[in-house]
Amino acid sequence: MKHVQEFRDPKPAKALIARIGAVLDRIGATAEKPVHIMEICGGHTHAIFRYGLDKLVPPGLEFIHGPGCPVCVLPMSRVDECIEIAERPEVIFTTFGDAMRVPGTGKSLMQAKADGADIRMVYSPLDALEIARRNPEREVVFFGLGFETTTPSTALSIQAAAREGLANFSVFCNHITVPHPIRALLDDPHMVLDGFVGPGHVSMVIGVHPYDFIAEDYGKPLVVAGFEPLDLLQSVLMVLEQIAEGRAEIENQYARVVPEHGNPVSLAAIADVYEARPSFEWRGLGEIDASGLRIREAYRAWDAEEKFGIGYAAGARSVAEPEGCMCGAVMTGRMKPVACPQFGTGCTPEMPLGALMVSSEGACAAYYQYGGARAAEPAE
Amino acid sequence: MCLGIPGQIIEVTDEARMMALASVSGVRREVNVACVATGALEDLVGQWALIHVGFAMSLIDEDEAAKTLEALRGLGEAQETLEAMAAGDAALAGPARDAMEESA
Ligand code: SF4
Repeated sequence: MKHVQEFRDPKPAKALIARIGAVLDRIGATAEKPVHIMEICGGHTHAIFRYGLDKLVPPGLEFIHGPGCPVCVLPMSRVDECIEIAERPEVIFTTFGDAMRVPGTGKSLMQAKADGADIRMVYSPLDALEIARRNPEREVVFFGLGFETTTPSTALSIQAAAREGLANFSVFCNHITVPHPIRALLDDPHMVLDGFVGPGHVSMVIGVHPYDFIAEDYGKPLVVAGFEPLDLLQSVLMVLEQIAEGRAEIENQYARVVPEHGNPVSLAAIADVYEARPSFEWRGLGEIDASGLRIREAYRAWDAEEKFGIGYAAGARSVAEPEGCMCGAVMTGRMKPVACPQFGTGCTPEMPLGALMVSSEGACAAYYQYGGARAAEPAE
Repeated sequence: MCLGIPGQIIEVTDEARMMALASVSGVRREVNVACVATGALEDLVGQWALIHVGFAMSLIDEDEAAKTLEALRGLGEAQETLEAMAAGDAALAGPARDAMEESA
């Protein structure tokens, strides 16, 4: 287990934690009856554990780790489809390194590469475009994966490929959106959520208004947050103050980076290239309406699903998750990672069974690496 | 993959493709600046931006850049991003030289 990062800024942190404590008292929250705040973004989950924030805050506050890690929510069927594409002899399959170890039904991309598939890790879809330019005799497929932060980069790359007439480039699109799963979680009668900390870098693209429905339709507060420890603590305080005052609003703690209405160039590129799929499968959460994006008709030539007749283009299908995997329950906050019977035995970062253990942003990996305050307690 | 990293734009390299050279933690890397270009690309030179998978997504001030970089180092994210950039360069060279995955 790694040593948790020493808090670098103890003074302002202490002041914030004291104020968090005072508001929790005002609300009447206790260890037995805590306020539940979900941090949606996997980057936030990682930061909470890395800096031990879950241990620093008073026991009347419980963090629920949301579904905001695109690698973690990737269903096995999609990994299988990646491998099916990658194993075609004419294909160079390009992907972010994060996705390499996600288990499919048979194998991961890493194993497929070891078996001889030409799979290359890239930093940017622009690298994939360049590989396509340099290898005109091969089909270069980019594994488009991520939330709204990443979506514009693939959209702009597809636009560039279209402008250049780069016919040997295509994208296997798995881009997903943040607002729809939140609605699905809020509609789940088993969920206990009092407020949200929203992902700052997603809002850098989409702004804060796509979350309005959370306050308007469900009466819950959300604060868009940066990912430094002090950002997170301040955002938590802002959520708690809203609860204490009986308000439910969408606030922006990260205004120094997040414009209220997002980034117009990114939004225009997304709207031009993508449209919502009727529904998309999430690992552990099932099919969620309008939660995934597909490439529009006009850019069909750059859609790997159409090009290779795979995935939703071949008719949607679902593959069962591995036996004993509790990722779905963990992701909806119904179970702590340590309560999963596979945790640390059948499922470790070296040999992950479920996706929450694969990415360092997954809740199970974070618990495993740093241990959580609640993880250190005897299993519930 | 989701956080992005601050970089300073140091030179416009391809006006038509909206590409510029950025210095990211001492490493030089071509990035696309379409999302932050409001006027002439030249005006971006010297500015700091949050760079996410090869695209400058938002202009930030120098102070914010320094603070963000420090937080990313704490999270191990800065190192991961630099490794991903190196892996990207290796991928361009071909499958034989793409041997970074073990360290990812
Ligand atoms: S320990 Fe593994 S199988 Fe269990 S919930 Fe976490 S990732 Fe899924």
